Amino acid sequence: MIRFALGRLASLTASLIVASIVIFAVVEVIPGDPAAFMLGVNARPDTIAALRAEMGLDEPLVSRYAAWVGGMVQGNFGVSWTYKTPVATLIADRIWVSLPLAIYALTLSTLVAFPAGIYAASRRGGAGDTAIMGATQLGVAIPNFWFAMILVLIFAINLRWFSAGGFPGWADPWAALKALTLPAIALALPQAAILARVMRSSLLDMLGEDFIRTARAKGLTRRQALWRHALRNALIPVLTIIGLQFSFLLAGAIIIEQVFFLPGLGRLIFQAISARDLIVVESVVMLLVFTVIMVNFIVDLTYAAVDPRLRARA
Amino acid sequence: MTLLTIKDLSVQIGGTPVLQGIDLDMAAGQITAITGESGSGKSMTALATMGLLPQGAVAQGQILLDGTDILQTPEPALCRMRGNAMGMVFQEPMTALNPVQTIGAQVAETILIHEQVTKAEAHARAAAMLERVGLKVAPTRYPHELSGGQRQRVVIAMAIAMRPKLLIADEPTTALDVTTQARILDLLQGLVDEFGMGLLLITHDLAVVADVADRIAVMQHGRIVEEGATPDLLRAMRHPYTRALFAASARAVDLPPVPTDAPLLAVRNVVRDYPTKRLSLFGPRPTFRALNNVSLTINRGERVGLVGESGCGKSTLTRAILGLEPVQGGTITVDDAPVSQGDHALRRKMQVVFQDPYGSFNPRHRVDRLITEPFHLLDNPPKGEDRAKAIAKALKDVGLPPDAAGKYIHEFSGGQRQRLAIARALIVEPDLIIFDEAVSALDVSVRAQVLDLIADLCRKRPLAYLFISHDLSVVRSITDRVLVMQAGKIVESGVTETVFANPQHPYTQSLIAAAPQLPELAYAADAL
Repeated sequence: MIRFALGRLASLTASLIVASIVIFAVVEVIPGDPAAFMLGVNARPDTIAALRAEMGLDEPLVSRYAAWVGGMVQGNFGVSWTYKTPVATLIADRIWVSLPLAIYALTLSTLVAFPAGIYAASRRGGAGDTAIMGATQLGVAIPNFWFAMILVLIFAINLRWFSAGGFPGWADPWAALKALTLPAIALALPQAAILARVMRSSLLDMLGEDFIRTARAKGLTRRQALWRHALRNALIPVLTIIGLQFSFLLAGAIIIEQVFFLPGLGRLIFQAISARDLIVVESVVMLLVFTVIMVNFIVDLTYAAVDPRLRARA
Repeated sequence: MTLLTIKDLSVQIGGTPVLQGIDLDMAAGQITAITGESGSGKSMTALATMGLLPQGAVAQGQILLDGTDILQTPEPALCRMRGNAMGMVFQEPMTALNPVQTIGAQVAETILIHEQVTKAEAHARAAAMLERVGLKVAPTRYPHELSGGQRQRVVIAMAIAMRPKLLIADEPTTALDVTTQARILDLLQGLVDEFGMGLLLITHDLAVVADVADRIAVMQHGRIVEEGATPDLLRAMRHPYTRALFAASARAVDLPPVPTDAPLLAVRNVVRDYPTKRLSLFGPRPTFRALNNVSLTINRGERVGLVGESGCGKSTLTRAILGLEPVQGGTITVDDAPVSQGDHALRRKMQVVFQDPYGSFNPRHRVDRLITEPFHLLDNPPKGEDRAKAIAKALKDVGLPPDAAGKYIHEFSGGQRQRLAIARALIVEPDLIIFDEAVSALDVSVRAQVLDLIADLCRKRPLAYLFISHDLSVVRSITDRVLVMQAGKIVESGVTETVFANPQHPYTQSLIAAAPQLPELAYAADAL
């Protein structure tokens, strides 16, 4: 198990290095000179050149890459050109919205999807199964921004249970959670629908396996065979989907953040790209890559915890 | 003392009868075998007895286990009986165990479900049971760390942990090597004697049946056609189907003499190493030697057998000969041309027939397209009428009607599919065919027909083949020369009859000793 974890850790580090090079290179080739962009169309060339020098854009590529990576390792992400504040501070403010929101949404979707998927699988072909599968079809089909607006309409405007948007900060955790609830539900709906379907089909696959028949021959009821033998084996594909969904939720919540006026990472990166604030773009993308890789690492470790056959392979 | 009585049992699935009027009595401490070909209802009888019929199956009649009618018992009570009063062992040990639980936990589960004992006690008893079934590995191991034979021992331990009165074993040794099969059969017989259980043994292998069973029931089309004590049944064989079945099992074909001594295939000192898991992060990768200095030749028109247990390198050798596997040493040549270069002219000379006739065909293509697949090896493949003629001839050669060309593969039976696989191999008139366990999945009567077909083809034109099989009796009847393989090496080779009659290498001796023998039957000849 330790060897497995170390092996994964080594490949994780390699992925990070490759990712940092790719991100740096891609941002470099994006058209548009940040200095010219910041100064506007009427700026004189010597002013632009002076700003380029100030921003360090005239230094060689390699040394800029080294400075960027070296800074990140020490927690120094540089200073945003448009906000004039350290990127680390910008990210820190927003990650406390995006990360809890992602975790909140994922928890909701898992809490809904697991029971729904298990129930549907145990009553395959029955009314409950048909109803749940119909509901998940709908869940996958509904765009989440539209669903978000419907939620606002019902729970914020008509019932006035929640505010329609904004984020009050974590000073009052209850108020913060409340502000994140509608966005989390909007994000969780399609995820839960997909997860429930994966859970159901994975469980049904397992229920057809020989070892379920063996378990029944031992005297287990259908229910016991499902809970004790099928479920854990069915988790591998489900965990894969959960890992993918978490990564998506962290960065992909941009539309929902827009609908609910949440100061999250999605909005930050969107604004930074529009403003050619390359240092912010690079750092946020790098942070997201880091998170995705970490999530995959954790998913890999959970695979190994769930399935002894995977422990041997590093 | 009667343990199990089945009275007039009929089962229908979706209106189709699968069992009709089954009557069977079995006593405690005895081994009753149910035999017959696939689809005859053997397994369905076993599942009905366990109360595990598939959903939608309707059963009538009585199945009395110690006076309790299984068919009338409600599901919760059946759950209490399964694993407790009756246990079951299945065919496929590789998939019969839960891969994410230790073997000890899975055996202990049988005890924990049926008895109020502490976990520690259940695990202690499970460990003792695993020892009783002759497993020499710790109960904390996982199934994937065990071989097929070891896993089957675990499944047996699970089934007998509560010392049930009735043990049902459905093809328990079919997926195992002969030597492992012999040991598992020994174990089952020992358990019957020790616990006084009744063993209902379901198997298609008549040699096994004749070897171990006290009583035999022969099934055909969902009915028991003949039943009786083993010696009586073997002596009398009143039903023609029983006679046909035994005759087909003992089938020996007549091969024409080998025409020439001209070498066709030459394998010289071939070595194949597989890289295995690294032991340390940056250390060198250790290798596993699957083929260790293997040499063999096959002459034109010569029929050569290759036997050995699973994992001995048979399949690797097959793939290497076909040029599908890179080798680390040695040469493989056909007509003095190395196969590694794999040009079309060379590949045309060799074709292969695999074990699974269904899996080796694309289900969405029609037969004409399937069997003409090797035509891409020809420089000028026949077109139009010539192609149609070639297809008709290939089908006729394997005994299928010409209209088969327009059908899909699912419309054929297992034996017909294997004929099609042979037709596909023959259509480019190869010099050498490799039969890789080509008759292993077939029922005995179908197997006999396919073997006859192969012998027929040899009479029509000189056809050399390498016949790979774990079934020694088949190899004995269909080959001129035999090679015995163990752990990547060929340990013995020679004229088939000589090797079988007088094996020299200890491994060959143990293989032949372990293979169950059909008794000499006076009727075998009549039935033909």
